[in-house]
Amino acid sequence: MAEAKIETQPTALIKIEGLYKLFGKNPKKYMPLVHEGKSKDEILAATGHTLGLKDINMTINKGEIFVIMGLSGSGKSTLIRHFNRLIDPTEGVIEMEGTDVMKLGPKELEQFRRHKMSMVFQRFGLLPHKTVVDNVAYGLSIQGVSKSESTAKAKEWLETVGLAGYEEQYPAQLSGGQQQRVGLARALCTDAEILLMDEAFSALDPLIRSEMQDQLIELQQKLQKTIIFITHDLDEALRIGDRIAILKDGEMVQQGEPEEILLNPATDYVEAFVRDVNRARALTVETVMKDPAYRITADTIEEALKQMRGFKEDYGYYINDDGYQGVVTEEALEDAYAEDNNAEMTSECCEDLDSISPDAVLETVIPETLNSEYSLPVVDEDGEFTGMLSRSTLAEVLGNETADSSESVEETERKAG
Amino acid sequence: MAETSWLSEIPQLSRGELRDIRKGLDGIYRDFSREYGETIEALFDPLLAFLVWFEKLLLASPWFLVIAVIAGLAWIASRSWKLVLGVVVSFFMIGYFGMWDDTMRTMSIILVCTMMAIALGVPIGIAMARSDRVQSTVTPMLDIMQTMPAFVYLIPVVMLLGIGKIPGVIAVIIYAIPPVIRLTNLGIRLVDKDVLEAATAYGANSVQRLMGVQLPLAMPTIMAGINQTIMMALSMVVIASMIGVKGLGQPVLKSITNQYFTLGLLNGLAIVALAIIFDRVSQAYAKRSQQHMEGLDNG
Repeated sequence: MAEAKIETQPTALIKIEGLYKLFGKNPKKYMPLVHEGKSKDEILAATGHTLGLKDINMTINKGEIFVIMGLSGSGKSTLIRHFNRLIDPTEGVIEMEGTDVMKLGPKELEQFRRHKMSMVFQRFGLLPHKTVVDNVAYGLSIQGVSKSESTAKAKEWLETVGLAGYEEQYPAQLSGGQQQRVGLARALCTDAEILLMDEAFSALDPLIRSEMQDQLIELQQKLQKTIIFITHDLDEALRIGDRIAILKDGEMVQQGEPEEILLNPATDYVEAFVRDVNRARALTVETVMKDPAYRITADTIEEALKQMRGFKEDYGYYINDDGYQGVVTEEALEDAYAEDNNAEMTSECCEDLDSISPDAVLETVIPETLNSEYSLPVVDEDGEFTGMLSRSTLAEVLGNETADSSESVEETERKAG
Repeated sequence: MAETSWLSEIPQLSRGELRDIRKGLDGIYRDFSREYGETIEALFDPLLAFLVWFEKLLLASPWFLVIAVIAGLAWIASRSWKLVLGVVVSFFMIGYFGMWDDTMRTMSIILVCTMMAIALGVPIGIAMARSDRVQSTVTPMLDIMQTMPAFVYLIPVVMLLGIGKIPGVIAVIIYAIPPVIRLTNLGIRLVDKDVLEAATAYGANSVQRLMGVQLPLAMPTIMAGINQTIMMALSMVVIASMIGVKGLGQPVLKSITNQYFTLGLLNGLAIVALAIIFDRVSQAYAKRSQQHMEGLDNG
């Protein structure tokens, strides 16, 4: 996920403004009540109408994975069905590349669904009477693409998702994970720019789920689609999302990058969620490392010793024109100085200490960090020394999840609800 | 006293008034059938021509050829040697006991009726599935068709078209069509919403949804409806024989009036044999064509 971060200005692809959905017989009539700020329960009691979504605003950028997460009943599946208008909103604007999706006529809407978006479903939604390859080719056959062309393309995508050889099977003959791969291949086969994934991996068992997540991330690096992903699992959201929106009872609670949500939860509700997250897996080194310090850049041992004495610690990172070389202790410098007080500073005085990458997930650097008496230097792809990660920082970040949770999840939920 | 009689007896039209109403309605209908009977009959001429042609074809073909064709169809539908053997033996026995011609006549009328019932019933069922309003209009009509004694609607049909094959076909269709309509409606309404939603999300229009998703997925249920329709058409054969439909029904009718037990039994058994053959063959076909939709047996 961190690799996908692009420094250029993101371009907005989909815009949603002031979206409301009231379920019931006569939603328009009761919209004023919603605008008065009446709660979901009050509206249900007074009118028998269910408030599905309330004042949703969001912008989804080209090429990102935007995760919408919430518990069941939070309106997330309702929300995703608004993007391709499987559900029409009661009020609000849905814009894609400047076109108002709400203004499309039935024929235009069909074209829009055929070419602009494709969807992956929680319960797969495969056609049980068609073979796997025909299922994958379904989107194209609806568009009227010739059988030979669509089958050829479907076969390519089946191979991409790792299901070559299953072409002539029927969906009922495949396992859940395989069926969802077919669902994914079907969605990719139409070359639509936007992929809607409605709890796509929720019905799968944990091992298959994480496999599918890896596959999705890998595919995304190649394809650079815009993916809107629904989930109730924050770990999943943090793992694949470039940005995350959290829904509760049809309202948007917080929107932001994964680190932002993890480190600065906006409400008690989000905090209760975040508390159970495995931070070691969700955070990267970059998000928690300290600013770089203790650089030894001197040419001679004498100068190096001088630099070293200015530090708080009794070690430093030797950096020369070739970049980071290793860690050097005050003791080692003094020994070298005693031997030859004119000696040049070389990497021979250094101890080997492997650097870590800023993009590495915390989990992967835990052993190295704990085994080292020094803070580990963080060095990026260009060889630049960009930060340090110490045992104590790591302990603080990972310990946080239990340290500040004096209340239980249930208590927070009760307060929030 | 006269004013309070409604307490002990239900208020009733007088005999004279009732007779006038009956006479009036009968008169209107009689006039209608005199006026338009022939025109309406002419509408059915192509159907009659087909029916006669088909009956002649079955009767004129050599018996072994007919059995071979039927056995072939049973094989294509079921791929079961047992069933094919059963078909061959039953038809041979039917012929051996002297019921071949009547059986051919009955088969031709049943096949025509079934085809008509499917051609009319499936579209009506589809219309019902697509609109709650159509459903609430058609359902009571189906209730009437299924519960009204068959003799009652034989009367206007005979008044309109006289005695013969066409009125028989109409009576059989009215009697036999409700299951195929009901089950087509039910089958389409029961199609998995998730699959239908997926089709919609990929931009399928309503024709593509119907032909590509709803009908194929409803097919097992529709097949059950067709099966029921065939069974009901067969059971109507005896009643239809009262208005001049030739076939296995007529000997049965004759045996009732003359108390020929064995003749009745043999012809009854021939109807049963036809019913079982039609049922097993159509069921086997339905089952075979839906094999892939069964669960994860070989997963």
